Amino acid sequence: MRRRDFLTTTAAAAAATGATTLLGGCGSGSGGDSGPLDYLSLAWQKESIEVNKALVAEWNKANPRSAQVRYVQGSWDNVHDQLLTSFEGGAAPDVIHDEANDLTDFAHGGYLADLRGLLPASLKKQIPDASWDMASFAGGVYGVPFLQEPRVLIANRELLEKSGARTPTAQHPWSWAEFEDVARELTRGRTYGVAWSMKEPVNQSVNLALTTGGAVFHREGGKNVIRFDRADSHVVELIHRQVHKDRTAARSALGMAGSDTLPGFFAGRYAIVPLNFSFRQQVEQQAPDGFEWVTLPMPAGSGAPGGGQLQGVSPQTLSISQDTKRKKTAMAFIAFMTRPRHMARLAEGDWLVPTGRDALREPALNTAEHGWSTGLRIASDLRASPVLGVRGYPEWKDKVATPALQEYYGGSISLSALRDKLVEDGNRILARYQR
Amino acid sequence: MNRTRGALARTGQYLALVCYLVFLAFPLFWLLSTALKSPQELGSVDPSWLPRHPSLDSFSAAFEQQPLARSALNSLIVAGCAAAVSVAVAVPAAYAMVRYRSPVSKAATGWILVSQMFPFVLVIIPLFMVLKGFHLINSLTGLVLVYVVWNLPFALWMLQGYVRAVPASLEEAAAIDGCGRFRTLVSVVFPLLTPGLVATVMFSFVTAWNEFFFALVLLKSPEKQTMSVILTHFIGAEGAADLGPLAAAAVMATLPSLLFFALLQRRLVSGIMSGAVKG
Repeated sequence: MRRRDFLTTTAAAAAATGATTLLGGCGSGSGGDSGPLDYLSLAWQKESIEVNKALVAEWNKANPRSAQVRYVQGSWDNVHDQLLTSFEGGAAPDVIHDEANDLTDFAHGGYLADLRGLLPASLKKQIPDASWDMASFAGGVYGVPFLQEPRVLIANRELLEKSGARTPTAQHPWSWAEFEDVARELTRGRTYGVAWSMKEPVNQSVNLALTTGGAVFHREGGKNVIRFDRADSHVVELIHRQVHKDRTAARSALGMAGSDTLPGFFAGRYAIVPLNFSFRQQVEQQAPDGFEWVTLPMPAGSGAPGGGQLQGVSPQTLSISQDTKRKKTAMAFIAFMTRPRHMARLAEGDWLVPTGRDALREPALNTAEHGWSTGLRIASDLRASPVLGVRGYPEWKDKVATPALQEYYGGSISLSALRDKLVEDGNRILARYQR
Repeated sequence: MNRTRGALARTGQYLALVCYLVFLAFPLFWLLSTALKSPQELGSVDPSWLPRHPSLDSFSAAFEQQPLARSALNSLIVAGCAAAVSVAVAVPAAYAMVRYRSPVSKAATGWILVSQMFPFVLVIIPLFMVLKGFHLINSLTGLVLVYVVWNLPFALWMLQGYVRAVPASLEEAAAIDGCGRFRTLVSVVFPLLTPGLVATVMFSFVTAWNEFFFALVLLKSPEKQTMSVILTHFIGAEGAADLGPLAAAAVMATLPSLLFFALLQRRLVSGIMSGAVKG
């Protein structure tokens, strides 16, 4: 993130020193008026890359030379820096695959096209308003949300059944209190009930706050402010309690990334691992023969909106560069990529949940195998992550929230110290962006 | 007694050397071991030193998923050209800076030091704009130029030391024997600079081969991307990674550097000049 700040500063400096005048007459967008449009895709799993490439080929076959699209392989690692440099240099890809969380600064910086006047009615109708909210900032829509990734519980079926605990469903999830009880039941000998992978603690801590009616980021007087009240901190406190008091959650897992917990999960050291939905692919690929696992919904909070089942997500999006001259063609390509059948294929390739109503009904996804049905059923409970559209969030996340939450989960600081850091330091950062 | 102590000291030295070699070789060994393991073995909580059922599946998956061969060729072209051009420019420049002392050479030396203080994130956007003006975005030529500029200060700095180590009296002797300036350089100075040239070529090559960010930002077409960029395509959001194919691709990315080093390392042998000047 330090690099991101650096790049942002550099971009501003370059603009201020008149460097942008160099761009005069250099054209815009990579496609310009002719030549193929560049589609930057961040697909990385084999199946997903294949589907993306197949769809691009299909589009190119059906369209004239002037609407051809070139598939450009990007990477989640460093995509922000790559895009910022390309935007500043006036050579950004025409169609951009990214995450809604990453769009805020680009939308405010004027790098992305506002899609409101370009979106076909059928596409607008197909995606629920809750999903459109996830890509709407500063009064505009800057991306088509097409894939989303909820948090789920992946559980060792054998240990779960042995414990005698009720198997939760999307309609009847565990309550958080019930989850704590189950974790106690599952903790036996060297086996922990749960392993919270908290190498990247911020997004999950904020997004799960929705289950208890919290949000961490609130709107007050037209401005974003950070609060960390009881509803905001409920899940965070619960995790802390499981690690330090109940000892039903493995302390060693706190420093792990999601995939690091899988060996312990397969070995029976952890009975449940809360992970992003797409991790099912790794579980399926790496699980030893005969290992049985099940995908469960996250626990629900009591007395919270949406039955306590709401969860914040930051969907993957398709956006159009502001510099692109052929915005209508770019939009037509996005509409093609997000047709129900195509969206479902993309979701299947990435092991994610599609946003489209019809895509969610695609038979290929509606199967109990690999927990697909669980993900599809909780799709209606997904809401825009409270961090979306908040300017200054990346800085708060990297400089304040990540170290503070890691310290709290690790037992180094108290809840009130955590609150002070998140709220006081955080609001100072947000204030700088909202002057 | 002395012989025993000597043998013990030698054993200790060899032991230390072996430990150091193990320390250096372990990451490579682990990478290769990971590349040869199955996904199930990679997911095991008790990792084994050696793959229980070695398989080349990760290699075939890596080649299937990403254009590894083409990206390796691109990396080879870019790194090879960058190394060759860097050295071709640095050798005469270093020679001139050492042998012709003037305010210009002092300023140039200062500039070399200053240029090392710029982090690449500071120059990437202006650089992008300049390259775009010359239609060198998405071009291997553009990337080679960037690497040459990036490598040149350090290459110059390295070579200056080697040039300084060549006794000026050798050149004077060559001049007395009737050699012109060019002949002196080609027949006397350059052969003595061989270890320095090899070290500089290796430094420039490996730096360009491993570089990631410039390549990521400047190359857009999949068919032009270099190995370091392709490697990141095995990594997804939030640290999820296709570990087997990633390790296999990383092994493939490491091999050319190792090979290059193996071919050139004997040229690095120092002491080539011992006895060149008497007295």
